[in-house]
Amino acid sequence: MAVVPTTRIYEGTRIPERCPTILDVDPAEHDLDDILTVNFGPNHPSTHGVLRLIVQLDGEHVAGLEAVIGYLHTGFEKTMEHKTYWKGITYPERIDYLSFQANELVFVLAIEKLLGLETPEKATWMRMCLSELNRIHSHLVWLGTSALEMGAISMFWYAFRERDMVLDLFEMVTGVRMHTRYFQVGGLAEDIPEGFYEQAREFARHMPRAVNDYEALLDRNKIWLERTKGIGLLSAADALALAQSGPMLRGSGVDWDLRKAEPYLAYDEVDFDVPVYPNGDVYDRYKVHMDEMRASARIVSQCVTRLEELRGQSWIADDRKVVLPPREELHTSMESLIHHFKIVTEGYLVPEGHVYVAVESARGECGCYLVSDGGPRPWRVKFRAPSLAALQATATCVRGAAIADLIAVAASLDPVMGDVDR
Amino acid sequence: MSPAGVPGVVETVEAHGETTLVVDPARIVEACTHLRDVEGYNVLVDVAGVDYLGWGAKQVAGYIGTPAGRDIHAPGSQGFERVPAPKETRFAVVYHLLRLSDDPARLRVEARLDDGEEIDSVIGVWPAADWNEREAYDLYGIVFRGHPYLVRILMPEDWEGHPLRKDYPLGGEPVRFSGEA
Repeated sequence: MAVVPTTRIYEGTRIPERCPTILDVDPAEHDLDDILTVNFGPNHPSTHGVLRLIVQLDGEHVAGLEAVIGYLHTGFEKTMEHKTYWKGITYPERIDYLSFQANELVFVLAIEKLLGLETPEKATWMRMCLSELNRIHSHLVWLGTSALEMGAISMFWYAFRERDMVLDLFEMVTGVRMHTRYFQVGGLAEDIPEGFYEQAREFARHMPRAVNDYEALLDRNKIWLERTKGIGLLSAADALALAQSGPMLRGSGVDWDLRKAEPYLAYDEVDFDVPVYPNGDVYDRYKVHMDEMRASARIVSQCVTRLEELRGQSWIADDRKVVLPPREELHTSMESLIHHFKIVTEGYLVPEGHVYVAVESARGECGCYLVSDGGPRPWRVKFRAPSLAALQATATCVRGAAIADLIAVAASLDPVMGDVDR
Repeated sequence: MSPAGVPGVVETVEAHGETTLVVDPARIVEACTHLRDVEGYNVLVDVAGVDYLGWGAKQVAGYIGTPAGRDIHAPGSQGFERVPAPKETRFAVVYHLLRLSDDPARLRVEARLDDGEEIDSVIGVWPAADWNEREAYDLYGIVFRGHPYLVRILMPEDWEGHPLRKDYPLGGEPVRFSGEA
């Protein structure tokens, strides 16, 4: 782990002492009679969902803070224990609804690891391509909404213009714009449509220019700089202690990206940079997001080139005990009909065991701990939610912040409440 | 592969390229402190509770609504040869650790608990344990001793029962109109 030397000096840890996620009012610093307790949320436009922050204010300054979560708890993990594996794939996408393909991918990879199933090359590269497009999608929503909260309204429209292009690509490939359920155990659900290559390549060409435009709007905007630089500090040591991942970690000077450190899919075969910024403030997290969009566009164009070479190849593994037979065979082959019926009604059996698989989603390490008893349904599925980890750092980041900074800090943590509450 | 000299290790399991250390729950803090300070596991990625009630007892799988069903665990049905071995304890707390360094490594630590048995909190070892332990408490009722604020986190404060336990039914929450003909 190469930690970039910090330009700002952090004096020791900023993690609250009694409880790492609760900032208590310090009676030595604040007059307790002046403290005003304000409920932020659960319904507040700047909370990215239903997050409730109990804030204790001393004038304009945040003296104490407690985050209350659970308003979006939907029991995905419980429900998935009652679904066969192939039906369960639809659920993880709804957990982190902005980075849906990363969640879908991690669940599918965990099942494949237990099954010991190899996927065709084409599926691997297409999974990578869509994961990166999804990262761009998620970062664009983050950028648009975060800038909006800090008053840069126009950013929202620009970011959503490009987001729509990504969604168009998803629609072309999968038939739906979000929650695509395109990754199957063994590969992909369908072949890649012909028009995809050209449109994806065009998008990969366009995206870096769009990022330049965003930066032109924000990077020298005095209000933006004042509201993001030096705000929401998180040191590298604190970030590790609080198990941060993704942009939170890279914005705090820790060079860690699962795509480089523990390459999955074919990330060791593509060329891309991992942005690392040293200051651990809101501005550096913003810069990480911007650079990552450029890197993702680069990966997308490399994936498209590779996928064009793989034209005509199979997109799903040839394992009839797990993979649905091609539709047209059902009319002519009794065997295929039986397999189709068995997989749809009964599901396939996954060998007993437990695995943990992690991928780099848009918000960091998205992990899946899967326990199987050998039956057709998971015994236990636990998702490691990067948003939950990020929100645990709220109390550390807002130390000494003003109430207006709280909005900027909460936005920079990039929490998706579906991911936090599952 | 697996680290040696960790205090309180009962069993070491290697499977799917992953290492699991089964640790005596009474010595969990000791073991975790050793793993952090000596082995360099500086990040607690995740804490998961697991309920093994009814593990290996399931004879029918796949058919819903036919009580007799079929035993698809029986040898010869789709190549699976055995019913999983029964577990001695009901619960497990599973810690996923990461050594975030130039020589990265992952490790799983498992502590097996009986119903009602408590375990020490590792919040002093890794602050990141805070919400994860609260979640395991909320959903499984596992009590972490020494946690400074062990209250429900995902479910409402006045909720009864622990929803991810295997004996907690799906759809157990009464919904309006559900009882009316």
